[in-house]
Amino acid sequence: MTDMLSLIGGVCVVAGTALSLIGAAGLLRFPDVYTRIHAASITDTGGASLVLLGLCLIAGLSLTALKLAFVWFSIMLTTPVAANALANAAFGSGHRPRIGAFQIMRTDERRKTSRGTEAP
Amino acid sequence: MIALPSSLNANLVIGIALLVMLLVVAGAIVRTRSLLAAIILFSIYSLVSAVWLVVMDAADVAFTEAVIGAGVSTIVLLGAILLTRGEVEKPGWRALVAPALVCAGVGGLLIYAAAGLPALGDPASPANAHVGRAYLEAAPKEIGAPNIVTAVLASYRGFDTLGETAVIFAAGIGVALMLGFGPHASPLPPAATIGDHHVVLRVSAKFLIPLIALFALYVQFHGDLGAGGGFQAGVIMAAAIILHALVFGLRDTMMAVPPRLVRSIAALGVLLYAGVGVACMLNGGAFLDYDYLFPPAFEKQVPGWLLGDPEHAHHWGQHFGILLIELGVLLTVAATMLTIFYGFAGRTVEAIRQERGA
Repeated sequence: MTDMLSLIGGVCVVAGTALSLIGAAGLLRFPDVYTRIHAASITDTGGASLVLLGLCLIAGLSLTALKLAFVWFSIMLTTPVAANALANAAFGSGHRPRIGAFQIMRTDERRKTSRGTEAP
Repeated sequence: MIALPSSLNANLVIGIALLVMLLVVAGAIVRTRSLLAAIILFSIYSLVSAVWLVVMDAADVAFTEAVIGAGVSTIVLLGAILLTRGEVEKPGWRALVAPALVCAGVGGLLIYAAAGLPALGDPASPANAHVGRAYLEAAPKEIGAPNIVTAVLASYRGFDTLGETAVIFAAGIGVALMLGFGPHASPLPPAATIGDHHVVLRVSAKFLIPLIALFALYVQFHGDLGAGGGFQAGVIMAAAIILHALVFGLRDTMMAVPPRLVRSIAALGVLLYAGVGVACMLNGGAFLDYDYLFPPAFEKQVPGWLLGDPEHAHHWGQHFGILLIELGVLLTVAATMLTIFYGFAGRTVEAIRQERGA
């Protein structure tokens, strides 16, 4: 039973690490601020959650698991907010998305905000 | 030579990876021409070194590094950057020769010195063999504090810690002398905006600030037992208030925590610390000798169960002494951080006001 839980936990940790790696690749490869924030925040939430879940399973029902749950709670509380604030600030300072629905806006605003269409 | 362990353990691998990350970030700081990017990179540097300190089992130093290096100093530097240009020119190679020589010289000396250091955790090293062993043996009997670090920091070397607290207080005064104690008049209310773009930030900050303050108190009062103490708790408490200022505006924070109150608290902390020392002297002991914190006649009146352990009831002077001086450290550190923050923020407010007037 314990071995089984450890095994599942280990798989979760590896999956979370892989997700973080994918997030890092996305951070480097995606075209604009918003898609990059999206990739980075997947690392923060999905990757960290899976790693912490895996560690919880390995630790079993103990004080360590409770502490990990608190860590997860605080990560869930802060990182999505940070991603939101970052995107908000980027939008406020004139960065326009390069792909998606806002792309139409880009051609209109190209003359007005030269900064918005720069590659980030 | 730096002794390598026979097998590469996980901690060593993580430590090396983190140190390589530090090197990469340091290289990026040198390379970048944007001061804004440099500040963010400095913040990343501090965060990585905080993680490294956790790997090295120095949790309380890691607290301070994370809060001060990655948090407060980043905010203060960002405030300062508003007053300057955000770019530096690329210097010619001639201008780089002298700094490069100095860096190479100092770096070479440090590497040379590091080769003479004992290995990490070496039980035969001078620090672990003589003084450290004496403290480890004497502290449970003499002080009764479960955390030897606290016992050494607050009791055996209480005078040093008083000096450190005074240094922090003096640093706060120095910054205040240069930048002022904060905005002279309370800053103007923010211009009315349509819609609230920061509602997510506000709601979550409202939830986070009490949690951070609670954590600061935990670190403060847990300092007797585990990692923690007044310095760490002070910076965490200051971070909570600075977060309030960042999210809700300087005006609201200055109403809740007025700069005048903050500077009084900074002085009060040092006074409390030194006052405990003087109280010990008045009762016949040496300066900061907490065994004499309370008069012996008074001490006999107190039942032993007050501290839970009747065996160690005679340690309660030490307990209360450490508690009080840690409180003094907390007050001074938190208030000094806030004074420095208000000083920088005051300059920024003035600059914005001048810009609007011009």
